[in-house]
Amino acid sequence: MPQSPDSSDQRPADRVVLAHGGGGELTRRLLAERIIPKLANDLLAPLADSAVIDAPPGKLCMTTDAFVVQPLEFAGGDIGRLAVCGTVNDLVVMGAKPLALSLALVLEEGLGLDLLDRVMDSIAAAAAEAGVVIATGDTKVVERRGADGMTVTTAGIGSLPADMPPDATTIAAGDAVIVSGLLAEHGLAVMSARKGLGIRTTLASDVAPLGGLVEAMLASGGRVKFMRDPTRGGLAGLLADLSEQLARNIELDEQALPISPAARHASELLGLDPLTIANEGKVVAVVAASDAEKVLAACRAHPLGAAAAIVGRIGETSDWPLVELLTCAGGRRIVQRPYGEELPRIC
Amino acid sequence: MAAVAEAADGARDMALMEICGTHTVSLFRSGVKSLMPPNVRLISGPGCPVCVTSCGYLDAACELAARKDVIVATYGDMVRVPGRAGSLESARGQGAAVEVIYSARDAVKLARENPSRNVVFLAVGFETTTPATAAAVLEAEAVALENFFILPGHKVLLPALEALLSAGDVPIDGFLCPGHVSVILGAAAYEPIVKKYRRPCVVVGFEPANMLEGIGLLVRQVAAGVAKVENAYGVAVSEGGNAAARRMIEQVFAPAATEWRAMGSIPASGLALRGPYSRFDARAKFGVEFGPDYEPPGCRCGEVIQGKLEPTKCALFAVKCSPTAPVGPCMVSSEGTCAAWYKYNLPRQGR
Repeated sequence: MPQSPDSSDQRPADRVVLAHGGGGELTRRLLAERIIPKLANDLLAPLADSAVIDAPPGKLCMTTDAFVVQPLEFAGGDIGRLAVCGTVNDLVVMGAKPLALSLALVLEEGLGLDLLDRVMDSIAAAAAEAGVVIATGDTKVVERRGADGMTVTTAGIGSLPADMPPDATTIAAGDAVIVSGLLAEHGLAVMSARKGLGIRTTLASDVAPLGGLVEAMLASGGRVKFMRDPTRGGLAGLLADLSEQLARNIELDEQALPISPAARHASELLGLDPLTIANEGKVVAVVAASDAEKVLAACRAHPLGAAAAIVGRIGETSDWPLVELLTCAGGRRIVQRPYGEELPRIC
Repeated sequence: MAAVAEAADGARDMALMEICGTHTVSLFRSGVKSLMPPNVRLISGPGCPVCVTSCGYLDAACELAARKDVIVATYGDMVRVPGRAGSLESARGQGAAVEVIYSARDAVKLARENPSRNVVFLAVGFETTTPATAAAVLEAEAVALENFFILPGHKVLLPALEALLSAGDVPIDGFLCPGHVSVILGAAAYEPIVKKYRRPCVVVGFEPANMLEGIGLLVRQVAAGVAKVENAYGVAVSEGGNAAARRMIEQVFAPAATEWRAMGSIPASGLALRGPYSRFDARAKFGVEFGPDYEPPGCRCGEVIQGKLEPTKCALFAVKCSPTAPVGPCMVSSEGTCAAWYKYNLPRQGR
């Protein structure tokens, strides 16, 4: 159950205290009892100041991401799963194979240790699912001051194989835009778990590591020219960025967008556009037109890609590139990146 | 769509006002606006709750937020509207307690959870949100809450439409009447507009097909020179509306003149707490007043909400005023006309 750090009736002994971060016996015990055993692996085992990793041939990819989410646990995941999958996905959409992650935890005084345990279990499970190890890490404790209970930062390195990673410079007019599954589920699940929103949905976060799915799409033999995960900013933000980067128009087909009725209704209720809502287990790919069906089939054959769809196409170059949506009503409208926090409407 | 084109074929040029901010956004978002024949122009009216709220009200809200003993509870759209002393968002940045809530009852809950602070709920919106405020006041009264207050800013729709029509300086040939408000008011509520001002009124919902159907009915009436009330949203809106909700409003509130942004004071267009509930009025409790309304320099939101000006004709639009740095409320609210134009139509202007 979602739980805020100070809402349960735990005794002080069951909570994070400042001394857990003091570097003394309490710190040692926190790490030795609650963190390191969950992550056990050969790279972490020496517990040296740095992890030592065999360098693969070719190039390395490196990425980092800081995670803050309220509530810390929500339907379909928690901050731990999010932190592993987010960084893994940033590597795999580049065509890289994740090698190792780092994990930095900032814990707020008062955080329930049971919640910390659950998040650590979730981190371990997600890393195993993604086939990656936590090679190094750090833990700090801060005074209670609205740090949301805990924040998690992960960095990751991955190896980029020598053969053909996706190359956006080869994108041409007519290329297909594929979305790997149902949109907006993560953002809506988190929003509906937030206190006070007063809506109940069956929606669960889609947070998942995408390595297997991406591998299947690349292995299909179709020319995948670009991949990215539509997280914050949603599909709208991703395509607005891409359109600008390519200086090309992009056309989306509203009828083709995979959005569940539950997500559609929840967005309508909140006055939000599902295209701008975050996803954490989806990939958007640009594929050569003639290979689109092949890549789509590979995507759909994977458990995480069953609802995949071709949702649009790349247009001509333009000095004023636009993402346009052909609406179900037969009209057209422009799709822009959202500008900051989307606020649920009044009525 | 065929119905609109057919009805408009050969008809005179006409301007149809969608009153409700949700319609403004839905018409853009669904692409319905892009489908209008050249002789049918859709203009936005005074139906975005944030946009019609006077600057004096906003400043009073900021003044309350600055007090250490007050938590301001508000719907999200209100927090970014700038007033003379900044916005509630900037006040929050300086340490003020501003809580975004999603229903009026959450404000009551907040008051119960914070017995040592006073919670002031910014009671804004039309007949859609007013029943919830009335219910919250009744709940607070029932449990004798001493630290719950409202800053009364609710608006009543019909007097504003009458004010627009009797001023006569905006050409409006018919109204697309708001689905949500009409659930409470009932379709029959628009009869006086039809009779007195000879303007057709069609109640419509928010699905693209329903909006097109409603526009088709409206265009047909204008083309034929008739004026009557039609209800294209029968699944949600009845002839008589929700009488129980209206009774609750009437129990707690009495009609009063209120200031509309840039439209001035309109008789009976606002709601004041009735005597037995007047102790919930934050103005009396904290000694704040609504100062006179004003516009930030160059801001023409007042003309926009009356349908007098298309957003792109405002010199600030997309130059000094954008969703990231809004000058006026129409650019802040997700329902605001300027925000909708900026979001769904701006880049096309640049072409």
